Amino acid sequence: MEISLTVNGVLKTVDIADENTPLLWVVRDTLDLKGTKFGCGKAACGACTLHVDGEAVRSCSYPVKFAEGKKVTTIEGLGDRENPHPVQQAWIEEIVPQCGYCQPGFMMATAALLNKVPKPTDEDIDKNIINVCRCGTYYRMRKAIHKAAELQAEKVISESKEL
Amino acid sequence: MKLKPFYTFVSLFVVGAILVFANTPKISGYSHVENEVVNETKSDDSYNKMMDVLTHQRCMNCHPSDHIPKQGDESHPHYFGMARGEDNHGFEATSCNTCHQSENNLNSGVPGAPHWALAPASMAWEGLTRAQIAERLLDKNTNGNRSHQELIKHMTEDDLVLWAWEPGVDADGEPRTIPPVSKEEFKKAVENWFADGAVIPSK
Repeated sequence: MEISLTVNGVLKTVDIADENTPLLWVVRDTLDLKGTKFGCGKAACGACTLHVDGEAVRSCSYPVKFAEGKKVTTIEGLGDRENPHPVQQAWIEEIVPQCGYCQPGFMMATAALLNKVPKPTDEDIDKNIINVCRCGTYYRMRKAIHKAAELQAEKVISESKEL
Repeated sequence: MKLKPFYTFVSLFVVGAILVFANTPKISGYSHVENEVVNETKSDDSYNKMMDVLTHQRCMNCHPSDHIPKQGDESHPHYFGMARGEDNHGFEATSCNTCHQSENNLNSGVPGAPHWALAPASMAWEGLTRAQIAERLLDKNTNGNRSHQELIKHMTEDDLVLWAWEPGVDADGEPRTIPPVSKEEFKKAVENWFADGAVIPSK
């Protein structure tokens, strides 16, 4: 069956044998976007987190059939080297990653959080950012999340002045 | 003097024999006690069947009294610190639907059903007696302002309620347990209990 979805702003149509295939595998293997990672396969660790219509979703546990007609954003679509998303910029400035494997999931979860709660408290972070990092970069991530909130606020002010 | 051990032995034998016969109950001495006669009505039977389901983990795990969903047959607190949040759907960016979709996921073992969420806090049942649960169920102040007809519809037609009989597999791929009463029996029990006046037996 064919499924159409918009991935990082580009309309894609994929031919899929099993509509229950996790969105993760379609993103990685069919669309060749390797930034989204497989971790536990049980929606527990968060390494596979991406956005569907702006909401954080565990793509390992999200059948691709549910993505029909929806907008999917992966870490590749969040920003790029020339124009990084505030979360990506904060991650660089705070030198968050160690091995780096789980970080795209954390960044996608953080971007979703900032869309809902622009200035999150530590409690907001504890409640919403529940991914797992085996390197234990949580301390640096917390700093980066607060930094990202500042950068995003500055970006909003800067963009509003340009208008 | 030589006879002393003999008399001692005979004395102990006699005393022992008396004690044995005095304390060993004869089987024929037991009398069969009939079970207490309980005047259980048809309504009570419906009520009990209904409550067997409502108090089962598949239902109770999402009717917590501490705002924390439970998981598994042992009803442990939901992993990762998930909780009710503002709207019964978890937190702002990490909600129920971050992981739970509208149907069970047989690959990951994550359960799902339409409008997956915690029952409202007013419908907290955890730790309550059956009678207290029934009171909350019937009270419009705690049941979402539902009439009896609306309750029957909710309990016999809502996909999230009926998910209890199709709960999918767990993270290990093992089928989740289902309530001890079949879905059809439950539906009949609910309809009959309300038809008989929704009487709470303890009252």
